[in-house]
Amino acid sequence: MVNERPHRLYAKGRVLGFTRSKRNTKEHTSLLQLEGVRTSEDTQFYLGKRVAYVYRAKRVIDGSRIRVIWGRITRPHGTSGAVRAKFRSNLPPRSFGAGVRVMLYPSRV
Amino acid sequence: MAHAPRNPALVPGVSRFSRSQSYAKAALFKKKKQAAKSKAAAPAATKTKTVGGAKNGKSRAVLAAKAPRFYAAEDAPVPKVTRKTIRPVALRSSITPGTVLIVLSGKFAGKRVVFLKQLASGLLLVTGPFKVNGVPLRRINQAYVIATSTKVDLSGVKVDEKFNDDYFKRAKEGKKQATEEELFEAGKKQPTAEHRVADQKQVDKAILAAVKKTPYLKAYLNSSFSLSKGQFPHLLRF
Repeated sequence: MVNERPHRLYAKGRVLGFTRSKRNTKEHTSLLQLEGVRTSEDTQFYLGKRVAYVYRAKRVIDGSRIRVIWGRITRPHGTSGAVRAKFRSNLPPRSFGAGVRVMLYPSRV
Repeated sequence: MAHAPRNPALVPGVSRFSRSQSYAKAALFKKKKQAAKSKAAAPAATKTKTVGGAKNGKSRAVLAAKAPRFYAAEDAPVPKVTRKTIRPVALRSSITPGTVLIVLSGKFAGKRVVFLKQLASGLLLVTGPFKVNGVPLRRINQAYVIATSTKVDLSGVKVDEKFNDDYFKRAKEGKKQATEEELFEAGKKQPTAEHRVADQKQVDKAILAAVKKTPYLKAYLNSSFSLSKGQFPHLLRF
């Protein structure tokens, strides 16, 4: 981005994959690992926050190749700081390992 | 919508609950029986009319009020009464007049602003002050704001009642025949309305005086908030 703001107002996260069992995957819920979050208590701050998966595509839409899939953090996943998130449209598998932006809103502070 | 019957029919003629069960459900036995009021003598239902003709018996009882000619074939469902009311939005306890807030999204994302009051719509009225960081008098949803522990002492400051939701409404532009000049002007930025500028100055004057009393507060309001490497918002004390 040319006009990227100098300040980052989001926390960083990473897509781990979908929630799944041994053989089945549930694409409607994604797992995220948030930077600096190691316990399920730490995830408390992030629950409900909006998440943006920002990616680039080939085709230009409205003058931009950058696209966003928005989602929300719904609940912790396990006790090691992972969280579950639901996106408006399910994340594509190529997002696994990619970074996501965890916005600071809706704020409860 | 009418609500579902308390005792629905399983098939026509067979209801879900027996007579005694539905009596128990209605719990009529809990209610106190009221002595039936002695009705005031109802007005006579019939009138006598004299009828002509030898074989007609001279007089005849006729209903006083004519029965309606139309009957609804089915009972009209009575809508349920809504008991929900719109309640005012609760202000987060961390936000009080004078609290310095961090704006999280929008044009002024990252800016630190001063909270003045909550409006009837639940939105927060804030100001930069404009001279300090360029944020004008503005409304913000509290979901898009972080409350810091810093407070500006606004005890002596009174915010005018005229700053309400209507104040921020945009004037509706009437449809006009476009002239050539206007088409060229359309994309250009309109200057801020004079009364807005004057109001901004008037409000900020008192706040700036309060800000000046605390050292570094002005510089703090001028600085913008951002996360840097290794800073995690869940560990920060705002």
